[in-house]
Order: sequence, then C-alpha cells, then structure tokens
Amino acid sequence: MKRLRLVLWGVVAVVACLFGLFAFQLSRPKDDVVVSAMIGKPMPQFDLKPSVADRPGLSTRDLMDGKPKLVNVFASWCVPCAAEAEQLAALEQNGAVIVGIAIRDRPQDVAAFLQAYGNPFTRIGADDISEVQLSIGSSGVPETFVVDGKGIIRYQHIGDIRAENIPQLLQELRKAES
Amino acid sequence: MRTFLALLLTLLAVPVVAQDMLPPAPYAYQQLDDPALETQAQNLMLTLRCLKCQSQSIADSDAPMAGDMRHQVRTRIAAGENPEAIRAWMVERYGAYVSYKPEVSASTWPLFVIPLVLIALVLFVLSQRLRRRA
Repeated sequence: MKRLRLVLWGVVAVVACLFGLFAFQLSRPKDDVVVSAMIGKPMPQFDLKPSVADRPGLSTRDLMDGKPKLVNVFASWCVPCAAEAEQLAALEQNGAVIVGIAIRDRPQDVAAFLQAYGNPFTRIGADDISEVQLSIGSSGVPETFVVDGKGIIRYQHIGDIRAENIPQLLQELRKAES
Repeated sequence: MRTFLALLLTLLAVPVVAQDMLPPAPYAYQQLDDPALETQAQNLMLTLRCLKCQSQSIADSDAPMAGDMRHQVRTRIAAGENPEAIRAWMVERYGAYVSYKPEVSASTWPLFVIPLVLIALVLFVLSQRLRRRA
C-alpha cells in the first residue's frame, strides 16, 4: 500500500514537471527566425543580371575583390526594406560598401524604390526566382550579410537594420577585414 | 449616415500587400512531365518546410518563396539529382529545421529512446505483477 502511494506521488511529480515545461514554453516569446547555416562558408557561385540600368549586376567574383562588403537582400515590395534605407545610407557614409540582391522584383519597381528611398548600392543583382537567396540560406527580406574580401560569409543580420544595429555591422565589417 | 459613409469607404480601401509583381518561377506550379520524377519531387516537397509559413510544407504553401523552392526541387530532380541530396542541400543552408523528415541526431535521440524505455518498463512491471498473481 505504501509503495503504491509512493508510485502515485511519482506520477504527480512527473505530471507537475510536464505542466511546468508547458508553462515555460508557452511563456517564451515565439521565435521563428531561421538563421542561415552558411555563416563561415564561401558565397555560392552565382551571376545575377543587373536589376536597374545605372548599376551593374552582381556575381560571386565581385565579392572576392579583397574588400569586405555588406550584401543586402531586399525588395521594393518589402515595407521594412524601405524603413532600413536610412540606416543603409548611414552605413554607406561610414565607408561600408553595400551591394544589393533584389528579390522577385521588376526593374521599374526597383528604380522607383531607389528614387524614393535613396540608392546606397554599388551593384544590384536581380534574383527573380530567389535562387541566390535560397543558396545563401536567407529566408526573407530584408536580410544583410557581411562577406569578407575572399567571399566568405561572416555574419548575418535578419530583419530591417535599426539605428542601434549600425555599430555592430560596422564592427563585423572591420572584423572581416582581417 | 456618417457611419454608413465610412463603411462604404472601407469597401474602396485597397489593402497594402507586401507581395511581388513577378510571375511564379517556371516550375513552381508546373509539374514535371515524367510522372515518376514528379512523384519523387512531390514526396520531397511534402517534407520540406516553407520558411515563410513555417507550419506548412513547400508543397502546401502558396508563398512565392515556397514556389521558388518547388522550382529548385523540380529542376534539380529533372537534372537527375537524388532527392536526399537536395534535402541535404537545403539543410546545409537552413539547418535541420527546414526538413520535416524525422532524423535521429544528437538532439533528437531521446525522442526515439524514451518510448522504448517506457515500453520496456511497462513490460517489466506487468511481468512482475502477472508472476505474483500466478
């Protein structure tokens, strides 16, 4: 009889632990960010045609010229991309070289977007079927990658760049220099 | 009257959609001609996660990105690539999260071991009791 009672208390303890786990998991904010597994790996081979008339396209070779760069994955139809334009301009003023990959975007829409929010990009490649986006493990727009001079992906920023993210990105660029 | 007018105006409202204007990738909605290859692609697509709508597979989702992923899967299968190699390609980029296929790994092995342990425990207790009764 005593053993039975002990077993019952054991069951109660297990169930209590289970409910504790539920409570813990439910109280945590939802985290649905998918981090790229490509950090530390070389940029995959690609060659994207120019997205707009006044900037060249983007290929892997362009990312291996010895200078670290920010690769900004964006789209004109993406609202947070417009919101981060100011921060990209600030990064450019601080000496960052920024290249763009325009996801599923028409040239005229990209041109209008750059007209409205400014153009911090030295090159913009058109990724019409998200091929390059998939190959670098990016799961949405906007995302910004730090790529070093040898074409190795060093860092990924997911979501729009806020003013408070600028120092971090500049530091990652400096780190990629070495 | 004013409420009515306001309501009427809402009918004219155009929703602001964050959606692109480009047509879907060629093989997003187009099946492969070879039914055997299409079956292979379909089976793989059902076990890859849509990264935009994370509780759906890319076979279920109408998100443009899921369409682009289906295009990748179908063109690679058509080019003779093995479905598991394509899955590995995706996992290499997005981590194990992108695959729905249950896999025994360093972090998932308890899920496979615990049921076996529980069954063994139940069998043990049961055998003890039956023996005592006999």
